[in-house]
Amino acid sequence: MPHIALKDVTKEYPAPQRGHAPTVAVDRVSLEIEKGDVFGIIGYSGAGKSTLVRLINALEPATAGSIEIDGTDITRLSAARQRQMRTGIGMIFQRFNLLSSRSVRRNVEYPLEVAGMGKAERRRKALELLDFVGLADKAGAFPEQLSGGQQQRVGIARALAADPPILLADEATSALDPETTDEVLDLLAKVNRDLGVTIVVITHEMEVIARIATKVAVMDRGQVVEAGETYSVFTNPQTATSRRFVRTVVRNLPTGDELTELRAQHEGRFFTISFTDEGATEARVFGALARAGVDFNLVYGGVDSIQGRVYGLLTIAVRGDAAAVDEAVSSIGSGVTVEEVHA
Amino acid sequence: MSIIEQVTELMPTLLEQTGIMLWIVALALIFGGICGLILGLLLYVTRKGGIMQQTVVFWVINILVNTFRPVPFIIFIAAIQPLARQVVGTGIGSDAVVFGISIAASFFIARLVEQNLMAVDPGVIEAARAMGASPWRIVRTVILPEALGPLVLGYTFAIVALIDMSAVAGIIGGEGLGNYAVSYGYRQFDPVVTWTALFIIVIVVQLIQAFGNILARKILRR
Repeated sequence: MPHIALKDVTKEYPAPQRGHAPTVAVDRVSLEIEKGDVFGIIGYSGAGKSTLVRLINALEPATAGSIEIDGTDITRLSAARQRQMRTGIGMIFQRFNLLSSRSVRRNVEYPLEVAGMGKAERRRKALELLDFVGLADKAGAFPEQLSGGQQQRVGIARALAADPPILLADEATSALDPETTDEVLDLLAKVNRDLGVTIVVITHEMEVIARIATKVAVMDRGQVVEAGETYSVFTNPQTATSRRFVRTVVRNLPTGDELTELRAQHEGRFFTISFTDEGATEARVFGALARAGVDFNLVYGGVDSIQGRVYGLLTIAVRGDAAAVDEAVSSIGSGVTVEEVHA
Repeated sequence: MSIIEQVTELMPTLLEQTGIMLWIVALALIFGGICGLILGLLLYVTRKGGIMQQTVVFWVINILVNTFRPVPFIIFIAAIQPLARQVVGTGIGSDAVVFGISIAASFFIARLVEQNLMAVDPGVIEAARAMGASPWRIVRTVILPEALGPLVLGYTFAIVALIDMSAVAGIIGGEGLGNYAVSYGYRQFDPVVTWTALFIIVIVVQLIQAFGNILARKILRR
């Protein structure tokens, strides 16, 4: 049984005016998230991903479909039971959403107050969590005295205070600079690894996905257009939306002006060769071309690491008569995808 | 008689009247302040998208506030006399005045509270909901504490408005410094009385405003 299972989930907002169609924010989404996953949901703003994540903890009621957490359909629970259920799901936000009227420690204590824990125990637990996120010395500070990255770490400590098995991260790094983003992502990875917390990461940044997500779903106009292992979506994206996102991280394909310039500099036919760690290596690709006796140049591309695995994307210019070139290219062999660049 | 002698002679009466004024204002602040807080809070939580959305409750309170709040106080205090007779047993004097100011202040403070609560970051309310907090807990532990600084400033502003009302309430026989200044200063052509009363009111208002500012600054840690 999956940890979180969404089946044909739809969320509509009423039409702004009579006679208009309702706005469909989430459109028949089905997803399965396993225990221990870091599940990324990526999409442009307005794709419905922030709405989708709010359906998982019932902050927004779904219009149709079912959302099961450990087999319980949360859309059918009473308001009181939904509140109870939410104590088992931590959430962090783009703008941190810390209470400015409370010290850092008392912010972290908040979910424990909701759970009815005693004062001394709350205090002990909050300090323990602040230590876990590396902010033990800031317990008495107020949120506005902290940097953005520190505030988000307090947000993470607060979200984890009641020992939830699930953590929802809604654009948790979008308001942070690149360095702080890395810090927070490392912390989330540690939360997943050390505490076994299942994390759902909402983002519009493919780098976030590449860094921590084990699986990814790509959303476009309310629908999940592609979902799978992060590595396979990166190495073999099936939809135009996914390809655009992948290209923001894997910058190894020449486009437009770059391609025109390359054509001016290099003779011959252009091929793009992609290989994964299950298939060939760079050496085998070059070796095969050399043995076929054609003249070739590497003109663009390189090798990336996604989820700690290799992904290569190379563009080569091959010179020689048409038949020889075809022969050479086909000799590269399995585990490699070769495509001629026509544009 | 020199002005100084006249002021010295006036002082005990004026101070007594100041005391009465502050007493009326304090009572009206307690009643009107609490009713206004409840009404303002209800407006805030029952509105569309609020944490306890109740469209009917919202519209009833909203119409009530919109109807009575804009009525000039000098008309309102006279118009409410019959109700005052029912509730406090008299339509004139300080009891009726406290009653009238309390009602007017409730509507006035309701809007003030509503506006200050609207300024609370919806993100922190969402965070509290995500942590499983009930609406009533969110009111107590998030909305009111987060809005406390602006609320203190708002109530300070309200106290000054109540002092103004207490002077107008002389029309139904309320005592107090403002009414004394009108009766013995303005109506008897005695500018010394008017100006001495004015001077005292200015000092009282300054003290209240300063106290409110300090308190708000302490709460907001700025």
